[in-house]
Amino acid sequence: MMSKLPQPEITPVNKPYWDALSEGVLCFQACSCGHKWLPPRSECPQCLGTDWQWTRASGRATLYSWTVFHVAYHEAFANRIPYNVVLVELAEGPRMIANVVGFEGGRDLRIGMNLTLVIQKEDETMIARFQQAED
Amino acid sequence: MTDLLPGNVVIAGIGSTAFGKLPGRDTISLNVEACRWALADAGIEKERVDAVFVKVPTSSREFMYGQKVSEALGLQPKIGGAWDQGGAANICLISLAAACIAAGQCEIALVCYADNPRTGNRQVYQRPRGNDAVYGWFSTAAGYALIQQRYAFEHGDQASALGEIAVACRRHGASNPRAQLRAPLTIDQYLGSPWVVEPLRRDDCCLVSDGGAAIVVMSAAVADRLGVPAPIPILGIGQHQTSWDVQLRPSLTTTGAQASGHMAFAMAGLNPSDIDVAQIYDCFTITVLMTLEDYGFFPRGKGAEFVADGRIQIGGRLPVNTSGGLLSETGMPGLQLVMEGVRQMRGTANLQVKDARHCLVSNQGGTMHTHSTLILGR
Repeated sequence: MMSKLPQPEITPVNKPYWDALSEGVLCFQACSCGHKWLPPRSECPQCLGTDWQWTRASGRATLYSWTVFHVAYHEAFANRIPYNVVLVELAEGPRMIANVVGFEGGRDLRIGMNLTLVIQKEDETMIARFQQAED
Repeated sequence: MTDLLPGNVVIAGIGSTAFGKLPGRDTISLNVEACRWALADAGIEKERVDAVFVKVPTSSREFMYGQKVSEALGLQPKIGGAWDQGGAANICLISLAAACIAAGQCEIALVCYADNPRTGNRQVYQRPRGNDAVYGWFSTAAGYALIQQRYAFEHGDQASALGEIAVACRRHGASNPRAQLRAPLTIDQYLGSPWVVEPLRRDDCCLVSDGGAAIVVMSAAVADRLGVPAPIPILGIGQHQTSWDVQLRPSLTTTGAQASGHMAFAMAGLNPSDIDVAQIYDCFTITVLMTLEDYGFFPRGKGAEFVADGRIQIGGRLPVNTSGGLLSETGMPGLQLVMEGVRQMRGTANLQVKDARHCLVSNQGGTMHTHSTLILGR
């Protein structure tokens, strides 16, 4: 039997992010000062204010960098290696760690390639991943 | 009171435990042994120490750890405590000690570090990175892999340059009787070593080690008054930090070493061309390449030529990590590099760089997040 994925630690601050994912939406935070960010935090790290909103991401992104794990540091990944973990830059600006599906071993991943959001359910968790864009 | 000018503060003594596997030793014990050796090296009685600056052990965290170290040393210092900044903390603590000495707040300081992840718990190096663990984002190595991949995209594949760095450190460590890993490495062996987190190969990654190290810091005037046998002047110190989360860093391919190095060179009134030998934090080989680049030893992306053909090995134009570094001597996060810098300036290093007048030492922590730089003279 496959071991369960490590589960995210849900806090009052990040709960809206995970709630939105469970409804099929990737959100980031956008402040009235213009700054946009992930991961979730209470205050805008640019203006230190709290006048920000959860904002729906378009799902368009580009690949900023990538890695391939050949070692499993958690039993849930023992039968997934080699698997990729990447850094994507959302079209709106925030960056996030993710996986690119369809390139499991990492071969042919290219920095700068266009990606689109794909939300996948594993165990009970909805996870924001990406796939190569059609264009 | 003294001014914090080049040479006014010195490293008066250095000491360490053995490196490698030290089963049954706790970190307090390792700190005390290292301090005992450092005080003996300086020829100083412990009663003269009035400040104890401790870098926290990486593998475990304890409340009031610095005070526990002072207690085990039988000291009640004016200034003391533990500081957490990852691997950059050692040189940062030296700078704090130097500043306190210059301000007249203390006279003689111990700076020490010990950890036992090899026989104890190495989980810290394999830990989940917050909620990104759902993606399989684990370990210390992964963030460096992400940086290395981006660096290769911007500047071209660096495998041969990174291999040269590993080969140099392993060659130097092979002739160091105290080194944990004494097997030399060839480029072909490097290129054939297995992926850990691609693009990091096993031989890009530093050791996991037990051990402790300590240094004694005081003013040059006090060292002279007390007859310290081989004080080494601190000529320059610099520090800088980038963003904590590697994914949020505006640039993945420039680091705090740039500003940290600039600060240290400015204080010392020196340039990279004045440096005869360097001890560069080599938790991963990419760290050495990017640190040397950020320090200004070569133009962006031109490191391959700088490190090629043994140029950073003993006998080359800038020998790097002459006792083996984290890749070969011990995976201890940084204080062993300061010790080797002191030995080079004393002229007592195992692989001594002939007539070396200036040694540069870099420390860094997190994922190329915190940076500190030390320039030593003679």
